[in-house]
Amino acid sequence: MLFPACGGSQKSVWRFLSDDEALTIIAIAEQIIPADEDPGATDAGVVNFIDKQLSGFYSNFQESYRKGITALNEFCHKKYNQPFEKLEWNKQTEVLKLMEKNSIEGEYWKENPSSRFFRMLRDHSMQGFYGSPRHGGNKNYVSYKMIRIDYPHVIGQNRYASRCETLNAFAK
Amino acid sequence: MTNRHVNAVVIGAGAGGGPVAKELATSGLSVVLFERGRWAKYDDHDDDELISQRTTVLGNAFGPHRDKHWRIFVDQRSGKETIVYPHEGAYNNNAACVGSGTVSYGAMAWRFMPQDFRMKTTYGHVDGSTLEDWPISYDDLDPFYEKAEWEIGVSGADPQNPFVPERKKHLPMPPFEFNREGRMLYEAAKRRGWHPFPIPMLRNSIPYNGRPGCYRMRTCVGFACPVNAKCGTHNTVIPVALASGNCELRINCQVAEIMVNDQGKATGINYFDENGKGQIQTADLVIVSGSATETARLLLNSKSKLFPNGAGNNFDWVGRNLQGHAYTGAVGLFDRDLYDDVGPGACVALSDFNHGNEGIIGGGMMANEFFRLPYLFTNQRPPGSPSWGKAHKDYHRQNYKRTMSVKGPCQEIPNFDARITVDPSVKDFWGIPVGKLMGARHPADRKVCEFIADRCEEWLLETGAYKVWKEIGGGGGLSGGQHQAGTCRMGNDKQTSVTNKFGQLHEIDNVFVADGSLMVTNGGFNPALTIMALGFYVGNQIVKQWNGTHLKS
Repeated sequence: MLFPACGGSQKSVWRFLSDDEALTIIAIAEQIIPADEDPGATDAGVVNFIDKQLSGFYSNFQESYRKGITALNEFCHKKYNQPFEKLEWNKQTEVLKLMEKNSIEGEYWKENPSSRFFRMLRDHSMQGFYGSPRHGGNKNYVSYKMIRIDYPHVIGQNRYASRCETLNAFAK
Repeated sequence: MTNRHVNAVVIGAGAGGGPVAKELATSGLSVVLFERGRWAKYDDHDDDELISQRTTVLGNAFGPHRDKHWRIFVDQRSGKETIVYPHEGAYNNNAACVGSGTVSYGAMAWRFMPQDFRMKTTYGHVDGSTLEDWPISYDDLDPFYEKAEWEIGVSGADPQNPFVPERKKHLPMPPFEFNREGRMLYEAAKRRGWHPFPIPMLRNSIPYNGRPGCYRMRTCVGFACPVNAKCGTHNTVIPVALASGNCELRINCQVAEIMVNDQGKATGINYFDENGKGQIQTADLVIVSGSATETARLLLNSKSKLFPNGAGNNFDWVGRNLQGHAYTGAVGLFDRDLYDDVGPGACVALSDFNHGNEGIIGGGMMANEFFRLPYLFTNQRPPGSPSWGKAHKDYHRQNYKRTMSVKGPCQEIPNFDARITVDPSVKDFWGIPVGKLMGARHPADRKVCEFIADRCEEWLLETGAYKVWKEIGGGGGLSGGQHQAGTCRMGNDKQTSVTNKFGQLHEIDNVFVADGSLMVTNGGFNPALTIMALGFYVGNQIVKQWNGTHLKS
């Protein structure tokens, strides 16, 4: 075997998240930045961003994610008999609004305000959508295209042709 | 192996330390310049918004690193103490690299106004405040402002600003042309009878000093410059110091303590080298330029027989009067695109409201804001707007190119209890007690902020915004951040200040401070050029005293 460390069970394609957790995150992020005439969080790969950061700079948030997602899905199972990602769009929106207002029921949320968890998901989703693609999200610069800013910087290209050529060479 | 004894160590290669090292080294003193960070390269983080100097959600592009640096932040209301890291706002970070903030700053090149040096004379005593005049005047600093403008490089044209004394010598480079919003704001301010002008910038508008002209990227403030057109100490005075042959730069070194002997003289410093090994560097002189928080921390951590509470701290003034800037302003929405991608955004300013505002202590310069990058813009919404969902996205799509923001750094009124101290129970990576930030702004600041925000609102309405909302700063909490100042106040009385008017500790005559810590008050302007001027000024004083052999041991 060439890469023994990579062998073993084929459990999840994610670095930190489980497949089920990833489904929940995808659904939440899509609520935060929904697709319309422009791509949304799912198309931009926001979940890749979150998963990547959770095994990197955001590793201190791992526990909040794991426990928060579990508690959220417990609530959804109890109330709707379904996990969050299976709920209808409007139901999902309602649940997130409850979280935002700290009115979601559940033992876990008494010690851990759901508004804080929601705010974190909101911020991380925005970072994944509007940040640089190098961090795993904003695939093909979809958000930059949406707000109509050129990338790479067009002004720089015009005046400094050599830099432009260098960048194009890398792009190919 | 021991380090060779030198004439001077300079601690911190930023806006203050760079000019000092250059002045000393080119005057023939042997110097070691210490920097806790390393050389910053554009390619390390290029235009990555999430790791920049303004948005640090994924880390600090220019250091320090959270694995080695942390502080304690004391919440003013609850008294609760939290450990905070450099990427968190409460840490009040300044960059840790060669050049420090001057690598990634927005590079506004403001001189303070003459009134900023005599705030107490101008406004009288303010209850609950340590408001005081500087021991030096605008005229004393004027030649050193000029030195900074020419040796580091400033573009601009301010005979258009009637509120400041005329420069004795013009600036070395012409001003930047306005971008689209700059032109609109300029015309609007004129209609109101105000006096707008192009912002002086520590950025090459034309090739200067062996480096090219700026090509106006949107990702400028918060980033290193890809073409090296931004002028900092890292690409001007520090290379000059090194080229003199008299200055050695030691990077990745954390200074732990200034060694002070039983006669009350500094003999050198203790530091950890890049391998984490403890070392000693002896010197005739020690110059501290670590920024208002780290300079104070180092003095407080330097305990000796005559100074049990830290070097030069027998009257308990080290670390006091921490100030930053209360940023305040307004945002306007327009019905057409304004954004023309001619970066970095900020280009037009006015200083009609820095002083002379009825019933207000001080004031602030007002300028258009740097371009808000896409992630930062997600939090810029009119009050009451949805913060997520389809409506949030619609707003982003529709208005990213249609907003304008004008803002200003309001001059803060210093107070004794806004401070940095050290906590021996919490140590950093090297085992050095960390800094502990506590206190809050003076309540007078809020009034200034409300006043300036009203003027900003007025400006945007005149420019044609159909909706304007204010973002008023100066509310409770501590102020420091990148504009941190005031913690080693210069003054004539050793019982109410830390250094004399030359930046020399009252109590230890071979230790100098040369950075924002010296500033008695912080002006209503970005302080970088003033810190550079202070660096040149202190460096010049040291050379004078040195040549008079007063300091030679």
